[in-house]
Amino acid sequence: MTRKQQRFTFIIVGLALLGLATGLILVAMEDGISFFKTPTEILTEKTDSQKRLRIGGLVMDDTVKHEGLLLKFIITDNQSELNVEYEGVVPDLFKEGQGVVLEGYLSQDKIFLADSLLAKHDENYMPKEVADSLKAQGHWQDADQKVSE
Amino acid sequence: MLAEFGQFALILSFAIAVFQMVIGLLPLRANADKYNMLNAITSRAAVLQAVLLALSFAILLLLFASSDFSLKIIVEHSHSQKPLFYKIAATWGNHEGSILLFSLIISLLGACLSLFGGRLDAKFLSVTLAIQAMLAVAILGFVIFTSNPFERLVIVPIEGNNLNPLLQDWALAVHPPMLYLGYVGLSIPFSFAIAALLTEKVDEEWAKWVRPWTLFAWACLTGGIALGSYWAYYELGWGGFWFWDPVENASLMPWLAATALLHSAIVMEKRGALGSWTILLAIIAFGLSLLGTFLVRSGILTSVHAFAVDPARGVVILAILFYFMAGGLGLYAFKSGNIRQRGVFAPISREGALLLNNLILSVMLVTVFVGTLYPLFIDAIGGNKLSVGAPFFNQTFIPLAVPLLILLPIGNMLPWKKADFLSAMKRLIGVFLLAFATMLAFLYFTGHRDILAWAAVLLGVWLVYGAIWEILYSARFGQIGWDLALRRLFNLRRAKFAVMLAHMGIGVLVLGLAAMSAWRVQNIQEMTVGDKMEIAGFELEFDNVQNQTGSNYSEIVGNFNLSRDGVDLGNIATAKRRYLKRSSPTTEVGLYNHYFGQVYVAFGALGENNKVQLRAYYNPLVLFIWLGPLLMMLGGFLSLTDRRGRKVNRAALKQEVVNV
Repeated sequence: MTRKQQRFTFIIVGLALLGLATGLILVAMEDGISFFKTPTEILTEKTDSQKRLRIGGLVMDDTVKHEGLLLKFIITDNQSELNVEYEGVVPDLFKEGQGVVLEGYLSQDKIFLADSLLAKHDENYMPKEVADSLKAQGHWQDADQKVSE
Repeated sequence: MLAEFGQFALILSFAIAVFQMVIGLLPLRANADKYNMLNAITSRAAVLQAVLLALSFAILLLLFASSDFSLKIIVEHSHSQKPLFYKIAATWGNHEGSILLFSLIISLLGACLSLFGGRLDAKFLSVTLAIQAMLAVAILGFVIFTSNPFERLVIVPIEGNNLNPLLQDWALAVHPPMLYLGYVGLSIPFSFAIAALLTEKVDEEWAKWVRPWTLFAWACLTGGIALGSYWAYYELGWGGFWFWDPVENASLMPWLAATALLHSAIVMEKRGALGSWTILLAIIAFGLSLLGTFLVRSGILTSVHAFAVDPARGVVILAILFYFMAGGLGLYAFKSGNIRQRGVFAPISREGALLLNNLILSVMLVTVFVGTLYPLFIDAIGGNKLSVGAPFFNQTFIPLAVPLLILLPIGNMLPWKKADFLSAMKRLIGVFLLAFATMLAFLYFTGHRDILAWAAVLLGVWLVYGAIWEILYSARFGQIGWDLALRRLFNLRRAKFAVMLAHMGIGVLVLGLAAMSAWRVQNIQEMTVGDKMEIAGFELEFDNVQNQTGSNYSEIVGNFNLSRDGVDLGNIATAKRRYLKRSSPTTEVGLYNHYFGQVYVAFGALGENNKVQLRAYYNPLVLFIWLGPLLMMLGGFLSLTDRRGRKVNRAALKQEVVNV
């Protein structure tokens, strides 16, 4: 086998693998990706109930209810309010008035059925999307984020 | 006073690094008779620079240990009532301290190289140390100008804010230094690669030097990632061990590159082939380390692991990353044409197998890279905000990893240069049958029915047996008398056993992953004292609730009595803990080891009327998930102790080149 043949073989194998990876990536993009929305966007836009969504906002005060293992609350971006139902592990830093990111699906009657709930993780940390969308709406309070806790 | 001294040592170290960088690069222009002198100066500068930086870091440690609240970062991250161990760990539990540690490791590795690299060519060593100094200058400049750890407060508070409670944990105290050793360990192969391109010295000798450093970085990275995963498993309180979270991916990417580099350097060392590719990998591997540091430090991606982030400073790290990658890859583009390629081999051969390993690992790396950075890219061009979740990675990463792992034991059986695939397979038939029988026995005794899980168990066992068989085959078991073979086994190089451990580790990891994804049992229940819960044949009885206080926290502990088939197994406790000065509670989980599996209990929400939510899991073979990486890491360190394999047989190589 000459050097040329050797190089040719390996380039072909390399390209084939890269092609395979591209294929895999494209297929996986279908259900591996979730789009980030605010409650307002979810309620005003027409959304596909099959599509996995990721929403961020603040947990509204006085709306958190534990019904057995089911957790119910309202998430808001200070414009719209969206009912959320979640069953699973509630992070320790989840509480009213704080930013959360949820993942799940929107039901027919506009209740968000979340299967994942991310709260602030460090006390000074807020998921970036939430911070951005709060900033965009002018509800960002910097002081609250930094030292007060 | 002490803090000012630390600051002074830091600045002095920076100045020496600048000096080291300039002098170290001179041999590229100077006459050959000056090499030795310039190299001697550079080497001493490297040691001095590291000593000063170590002094500066030691002072910071001391200040943390003595809770000196005149320092800003100590107020923000420590507390006088905290146990000493965590006071010390808090030194790197914050942005400033962790970056200082990062630069300290760069300098220490440089110093080690100058102390132990005496046999290297003077010009080459000098340039390598200059590149290492260039890295130190960049990171130290970043520390001094944007993240000064020794910043004082005008008004000195009496008490500190305490370290983030989630970080007050032994695994997470050890995890960052370990991970950094891995990340930064890859800086040496990087400097080697740049120096090799600059001095146009790329040969087997180069690979021989690069391999132990890569091995060291790889072993530390493996251990660091495993520790981080174990921490997430019991500290975040939801029993997951890998979330495909951006910060985890950031550490997985350099690991994949380092794994590839480790294998391609073998081909280069033994056969003189793949030189150009190995250099490229060395550059990229460290680039991915810097990328990881950037992703973690900047907080640009939403992550469950994001601590102490600061977007503004992230930009500086991005600039450093850009400078070294643009420089490194640019230099590669210019100079790689000069690299001589040798050692022609057939596609079916040990070299071919190792190259295939490299190609697959690289493609896996690409999928992780795409998945991790795609949201950033879309955001940057003003598109939708989106996130890439676990399903994406499972669907891309696993289909590529499986063929790689299936082929691993076969590749190990192939001889160098030219091999016969069928005869390698024939030698493995016994291993395969044994693996198959083990899988059947496993399924018979556990009674599980799940085709994919069967296949995964078979793969895991195949890897473990394959690794063991490889070493037995090397000792020629079955070909010569067993007593003779046994003697040969004891005389095998330690590096052989290291390879066995590392490859066995992957098999063990696969078994753990298979069991956890197929047979994990979960139960959530609301309970009051006296209630019972049943999980995977275990019974949990809610005993009592106690209030307790620790040195810097108070907690509510739930005690449960664990039994199995009426046999009492003792107490298992979970707690909600509240640290001083921190408003939110943390969950402490209870664990009970049952062979290599674990019973895992954690408090959910604490309700009214003494009602609590209890989540319990039975995690079968979960300990394999960390035992596997532990074996890999041990393999890495064991191989480092083997000096016999480091000699390149130049005469034999020349002979082969002539024959081809």
